[in-house]
Amino acid sequence: MPNPITHLTPEQIDAFGEELDDLRRRTVADLGERDRGYLERVVRAQRGLEFAGRALLFAGFLPPAWVGGVAALSLSKILDNMEIGHNVMHGQYDFLQDPAFEGRAFEWDTACPGDQWRHSHNYRHHTFTNIVGEDRDIGYGVLRMTPEQPWKPSDLGNPIYAALLATFFQYGVMLHDLEADNLLAGRTSWSDTAELRAAMARKLGSQTLKDYVLFPLLTGPSAPLTFVGNATANLVRNLWAFTIIFCGHFPDGVATFTQEEADQESRGGWYLRQLLGSANISGGPLFHVLSGNLSHQIEHHLFPDLPAHRYPELAVEVREICERYGLPYNTGGLAEQFGSVVAKICRLALPWTKAPEAEAGAVPAPSTSAAPRVDTSGRVLAAA
Amino acid sequence: MVDVMGAPVADRPRGVLRRVLASELVDRLTAPHGVDRYLELVDPRWVVRETRAEVVAAVRQTPGTVTLTLRPNDTWGGFRAGQHVVVGVEVDGIVHERCFSLAGSPHRADGTLELTVKANPAGRVSRHLVDHARPGMVVRLSEARGDLTLPPPADRGDHLVLISGGSGITPVLSMLRALVDEGHQGPVTFVHYAWTLADVCYLDELRALTAALPGGRLLLGLTDQPEAGDLVGPFSVEHLAAVTDDPAGCRVHLCGPAPLMAAVEEHLAGLGLADRIHLERFGPPPIDPSLDTGQGVVTMVRSGRSVAGTGTVLETVEAAGVRPATGCRRGICGTCTTTKTSGVVRNLVTGQDSHADAEPIRLCVSVPCGDVAVDL
Repeated sequence: MPNPITHLTPEQIDAFGEELDDLRRRTVADLGERDRGYLERVVRAQRGLEFAGRALLFAGFLPPAWVGGVAALSLSKILDNMEIGHNVMHGQYDFLQDPAFEGRAFEWDTACPGDQWRHSHNYRHHTFTNIVGEDRDIGYGVLRMTPEQPWKPSDLGNPIYAALLATFFQYGVMLHDLEADNLLAGRTSWSDTAELRAAMARKLGSQTLKDYVLFPLLTGPSAPLTFVGNATANLVRNLWAFTIIFCGHFPDGVATFTQEEADQESRGGWYLRQLLGSANISGGPLFHVLSGNLSHQIEHHLFPDLPAHRYPELAVEVREICERYGLPYNTGGLAEQFGSVVAKICRLALPWTKAPEAEAGAVPAPSTSAAPRVDTSGRVLAAA
Repeated sequence: MVDVMGAPVADRPRGVLRRVLASELVDRLTAPHGVDRYLELVDPRWVVRETRAEVVAAVRQTPGTVTLTLRPNDTWGGFRAGQHVVVGVEVDGIVHERCFSLAGSPHRADGTLELTVKANPAGRVSRHLVDHARPGMVVRLSEARGDLTLPPPADRGDHLVLISGGSGITPVLSMLRALVDEGHQGPVTFVHYAWTLADVCYLDELRALTAALPGGRLLLGLTDQPEAGDLVGPFSVEHLAAVTDDPAGCRVHLCGPAPLMAAVEEHLAGLGLADRIHLERFGPPPIDPSLDTGQGVVTMVRSGRSVAGTGTVLETVEAAGVRPATGCRRGICGTCTTTKTSGVVRNLVTGQDSHADAEPIRLCVSVPCGDVAVDL
């Protein structure tokens, strides 16, 4: 869906940006012991769950121990990847100056090497958020997630590809920076990706060795049960991460943009794109923690390097600001948001879901500059 | 690999359980975080790959200072007299790293380390330690670093002159203690500058140590209390004459405030004896005003941002809101070392220019000479 905002003047957009900058400054000035305390509690819970999960699987021949072990290990991987890994790797806790939580060095318990994630996610996705053709998180080079992507016959498999991606999500994320679609189409060369592939092989090897060789062998006769248990924990984490992440940018009402729109946007315009390109999920405190606070995708995109556990309190102010500027604030329950994502994945598999411009035989027609076009009455025209 | 004390690194940590925890198998089982990230949650001193030390005593000898006795865990590799460590201290949840010289003798039987910290009015870490350090507190330690050390015993024929000012006493005190422990027989003169007698840390011990050395002598220069000292006023030719009548036969170890260091260097250089000085810089080096520091543009290649140079590369990028890892901020610890991908920078400590592309530079002491790109 193209940018729907037509009622703000450039000056109003700047003022909107200044309010968010002010919120950011106030938050940064307050960072300190409270944030370390929170992070340490989550890390302690994650390491404790991991230890408990691995330990219980030594008794995996007892069904309750196996179920408990898999549950603990699943939760451990979810916390590690989402509330700890994703957020620490954004540099949210760099202000602690603690080598253990240094954004540019942190590694997480998943197949994707941290450095590649920092490039594909922190840089590409957070810089070019929802710009069709630039933000590779729109469909990950596999799925058709917006009508602005031209339909091709292979998109008929959209729901199947999505189900496969969800199941093998950690490997999909690992391959993300490789841009396999560009590689297969000959737009990039295999030799250019040798370094990426070597780093992937190292991380994949280390993760596989731990989960599928060493821990199973250590549990002796229970080895097959441990193997299956570890695979189940990875699967649970894959499905959960896929669900949360796909609710961040793909529910109905989330806007996409063109490079031209973004090229000269002001700071306020950047904030506006982040707001319009993201969607929240409502829920309780535990749900927010388990989602890595990506349930506050809007706040995360406005302030990607502020500690995520502060997003719920920031959200109160962000919503209030949005209301005053008459801006949409896309939020809903998990079932509602994910339901709308699933419906979109299925709908966009079909050929008659082209964007209006595409139907007219043209590429999406952008405005000629990032600043919203203003008509003679001072109203901002829709970008498309 | 052999550590500074000559003991193989593989001997650390000690004990079967600790060796198992440090093994490659456990490393692979705890990947990607590593075993220390688990052990430290139980007790920070249990880490097997990093070094932590517990404060076992905190004594305030003189106003505004604290002397800490630290017991490092078994990953500590020892040190040589005169070396320093980077100490990581948590203040309000944030870890701050600062370099401190080790003041104790490397030969202490109980293996404890000693640091004396002087509260710097602008120093968050030093004030925190002086005000709040207490037994039981755990700090992070780097390995021992620094080249300001005593020559090996076989190479100590020179008259050893140890000159310090204020809290610069710590590295040379460590040397004096080591010389006593090693039974050094040759001439040793310990020269120390302070405001008054009350400001001299370790006064009684200095007297005892210099008395214990067959060739030992203590000379105090007290700026605000000249009658109680042996030397009057700032360092001068007369002071040098009081130390020795044969400056060419001296080996000078020097640590203190910049004016003292400059005066000693100047006097010895005037005698053609600049090579007799071994010194530890104290405080950040002054920026050479002749450099065109304002004219370069620093480009951070990872984020694609460019900012006009203001002071060092580190100061420039920090002014732009970028926070690279930093440690000592005076070109010693190497924490902020980052690859410079293009351009020329001058190292303020060594005075050397880095011209090559893709050369690691220390951001905190490198000033851009023209446009520079760094891997940040």
